[in-house]
Amino acid sequence: MTSLSYAAPTSVDAAVKLLAGASGLAKVLSGGTDLLIQMRAGRYKPELIVDTKKIPGIIGIREENGGFVVGAGTPGAVVEAHAGMTKAWPGVVEALDLIGSTQVQGRCSLAGNLCNASPAADSVPAMYAAGAIAVVVGSNGTREVPVEQIPTGPGRTSLAKDEFILEFKFPPRPAHSSDAYLRFIPRTEMDIAVVGCGISVTLDASGVCTAARCSLGAVAPTVLLVKEMADVLVGHTLDADTLAKLDAAAQAAAKPISDKRGTAEYRKKISGVLARRVAAIAFDRAMGKAAGKAH
Amino acid sequence: MAKQHVTATINGEAAEFLCETQQTMLDVLRDVVGLTGAKEGCASGDCGACSILVDGRLVCSCLMLGVEAEGTSITTIEGIAEGDHLHPIQQKFLEHAALQCGFCTPGLIVATKALLDENPNPTETEARYWLAGNLCRCTGYDKVIRAVMDAAAVMRGEAA
Repeated sequence: MTSLSYAAPTSVDAAVKLLAGASGLAKVLSGGTDLLIQMRAGRYKPELIVDTKKIPGIIGIREENGGFVVGAGTPGAVVEAHAGMTKAWPGVVEALDLIGSTQVQGRCSLAGNLCNASPAADSVPAMYAAGAIAVVVGSNGTREVPVEQIPTGPGRTSLAKDEFILEFKFPPRPAHSSDAYLRFIPRTEMDIAVVGCGISVTLDASGVCTAARCSLGAVAPTVLLVKEMADVLVGHTLDADTLAKLDAAAQAAAKPISDKRGTAEYRKKISGVLARRVAAIAFDRAMGKAAGKAH
Repeated sequence: MAKQHVTATINGEAAEFLCETQQTMLDVLRDVVGLTGAKEGCASGDCGACSILVDGRLVCSCLMLGVEAEGTSITTIEGIAEGDHLHPIQQKFLEHAALQCGFCTPGLIVATKALLDENPNPTETEARYWLAGNLCRCTGYDKVIRAVMDAAAVMRGEAA
């Protein structure tokens, strides 16, 4: 076995230097709930693990310019306990909460879920819908990247070897804004999405949608940001006609494969069903109704 | 690479150990420190048999590297009882026969401890969701949940 090194740098600069200087594969460790399993399975054989959790700011949540900044390695349980995030972004929080067990929630992070780049990741469609911005650090400094530009395929990201995500910026919420996420699984816990759907909306005082972002998970090689779904919503209340068009737009956007979790045909159908249900929850929440969990 | 030297607190006592980078916290507890209460069921974070508390937070020790324990406070099943006195959770698991083979029990008790530390008065639904990551193939869970709810009542001082 080749020897495996470990470092827990206490600054961004030190972490970037370690990543840039690695001669073989270097992996960034946040909560490790995917990485450790993949290493054990032999999918990755890194020579270096860079544990980023000791970098100041990478764990924690702060308010900034009316929005929230969530440290990339913040455990799910910490995000879920944060009253401000839960109020402003209930869809993001409920999506993150769906990942794994209580035990996994103690470690799993938004950055890990995004950079693991599974098309079925639960928090990722919600982050796409939220319009979250990833703050990426590397040898060339800092760049801000819309989250939907990070995954490029199953297990692949647009991050360079010497880059990692430091934090996520969630924008300020206008009045009458909210979001929701649902996934379909055949049970209630501890499973991987057959389909996932995230929707974030802003309404006017009469309930007409003025802005929307919609996403689908587990129906393509990456999570999809679906403009056609958003276009159906903007300018309308959530009446029967709008719901039917949203359903059709979701089904048209879904490009699933058949696998053990479901057939392609079934996944397309469920994409439409989930889109309708998620939109109803997001619209209700935006108007101050039914603020409970979507699942 | 030389072994990693790690300093941590384990069950309230200062501890030092040496481990390889790739050794999980579960490997370290069982094979290096000699605490074999935490079990390896799946080694993939699905079964919860290896549950421990790290700085009070419930995690699967199979999904954590031993080197990550540096500077943390770890609680394992061996640290739940107070001396010779069983913790109320342990006592109620016995009274309700909430185990058969016992393999999942250390994880279930540690997970229950974490639940009741955070939420002393959980509903049955909350308890069931909290423990969804602890698999038991013997009991069917009903006795486990009875034990958890009873232990919670005892710890609140409401029942004998």
